[in-house]
Amino acid sequence: MKLITAIIKPFKLDEVREALSEVGVSGITVTEVKGFGRQKGHTELYRGAEYVVDFLPKVKVEAAVEDGILERAIEAIEKSARTGKIGDGKIFVTSVEHVIRIRTGETGASAL
Amino acid sequence: MLTWMKRLVASGAMALAIGATGVMVTSPAYADEAKKPAVTAPAATPATAEPAPVLCSEKCNKADTVWMMVCTALVLLMTLPGLALFYGGLTRSKNVLSIGMQCFMVFSLITVLWAIYGYSLAFTEGGPFIGGLDRLFLGGMTPDSVAATFSKGVVIPEFVFMAFQGVFATITCCLIIGAFAERAKFSAILIFMILWFTFSYLPIAHMVWFWPGPDDIKDVASLEAITARAGWLWQKGVLDFAGGTVVHINAAVAGLVGSYVIGKRVGYGKEAMKPHNLVYVMTGAALLWFGWFGFNAGSALEANGSAGLAFVNTYLATAAAVLGWSVAEWVLKGKPSMLGAASGCVAGLVAITPAAGFAGPMGSIIIGLIAGVVCLWGVTGLKKMLGSDDSLDVFGVHGVGGITGALLTGVFADPALGGSGIWDYVANAVAPDYSIASQLWIQAQGVITTLIWSGVVSFIAFKLIDMVIGLRVKEEDEREGLDITSHGETAYES
Repeated sequence: MKLITAIIKPFKLDEVREALSEVGVSGITVTEVKGFGRQKGHTELYRGAEYVVDFLPKVKVEAAVEDGILERAIEAIEKSARTGKIGDGKIFVTSVEHVIRIRTGETGASAL
Repeated sequence: MLTWMKRLVASGAMALAIGATGVMVTSPAYADEAKKPAVTAPAATPATAEPAPVLCSEKCNKADTVWMMVCTALVLLMTLPGLALFYGGLTRSKNVLSIGMQCFMVFSLITVLWAIYGYSLAFTEGGPFIGGLDRLFLGGMTPDSVAATFSKGVVIPEFVFMAFQGVFATITCCLIIGAFAERAKFSAILIFMILWFTFSYLPIAHMVWFWPGPDDIKDVASLEAITARAGWLWQKGVLDFAGGTVVHINAAVAGLVGSYVIGKRVGYGKEAMKPHNLVYVMTGAALLWFGWFGFNAGSALEANGSAGLAFVNTYLATAAAVLGWSVAEWVLKGKPSMLGAASGCVAGLVAITPAAGFAGPMGSIIIGLIAGVVCLWGVTGLKKMLGSDDSLDVFGVHGVGGITGALLTGVFADPALGGSGIWDYVANAVAPDYSIASQLWIQAQGVITTLIWSGVVSFIAFKLIDMVIGLRVKEEDEREGLDITSHGETAYES
């Protein structure tokens, strides 16, 4: 079982959610985040004062998936989140040791 | 000497139906003024007899009365919530309530002081620099009391006149707080306002706006006699329709001095101090524009053609200033910003204020365009040169805009440029010999007097307060924000 953590452009969130649903991902967690990568920030000008905004708004999508659909899930995110311009984001994959569904106490794949 | 006398006659006669600046007051025909020696006997009244008092119930026009009450409420709207929103949006979110609270409290404080002694010292007869105590605690003022206007034989209720001038005093004081926003101690601000209102606002308002009214002007001798009883700058012939000197330059200098004496905000120049809500700024600027119709057109003191002209100029010059600022910003800085448009709006309103009843519509558009561009420089180039942390650019907008407007009033009041000229109350016509050069010099004297007077009063007041209770909050309080540390509340859920 793997945890996919994707940092994407905020306006791509709906497309990514749909693409993940199609490949069988049953749930995701979304967080609004800020950060920087290779995409530079921008400057804002308020009357005479100029401010450099380093941290840009992004969306972090987290989804725990079974190993069997991992590749398709990654591919779905890649395709749906890509614009080809700098700042499209990153996908991280980490191993998940254990999953428990709180309501029923189920564990493992059936808890997803 | 001859020129000077001529100037005095012509300029003393200024004002008037179309032009008129400021304000006059209590008609000499008041019941309680009848004891004063009559300068000229009204035609119908023998010099030996006391003139019959002018009663509001007989002389006031209902349309004028309604108009002036509506204008008074419009000017209140400029401060609450207009200015509070305009300033509040420009601060960081941790200080927005402190701005609102400062506006509310200063407004209320000055309102009460206005009734107790402010109105009397500004708008009753005294010396050339300050008025008298005839209206202390509004004593003797009844629903039948009247105040003169710029038209002979036209009066309005003195209660309404008092309230209208009162909201001017309050917004002037509230303007100042923007210069030292986000760091000044609340109690220090309130004490400063009492001192500054008493020693700067009241004298300047008296100097620029007080005159006994036109009703008794019959000939050159009576004109000179009336003019001699007016405020010092009025006697010189300074044209200030609605408060370029009295309100804007006066407040801006106080703010600038405050920003120097109080010092820069912690982290100024290193940390981002972005406006936290430009929608508030836009809303506030729009409310200021709306309320300013009362401020400028109401300064005609009657519902007449002069008010109509001031209304149109307030409409046109402001639009021109929005265009001027935005286009200049677009060309020079790359993008036209909402903050720029809102700032241009206020700059235009400030600049047209002294000229509102004097310039023609095309003159007002030019004044607006110039003010928009010059004030953009005021908040960028000039601000760097001044080197102080005038947080919300009170001097850059109100000082620079006020000076620009006060001087350009001298230019665009010229009938040759579509202006109203100066009214000659002896001939009952516009004076034929308008000179831009000499009027510019008179305007400059008004500007310089205000700059120096307000600057000195402010500096002394700030230094005194600094020695006694201190001007600033503690550094840790400033970092945490004045909303929670000075007022015990926060504007937003975090």
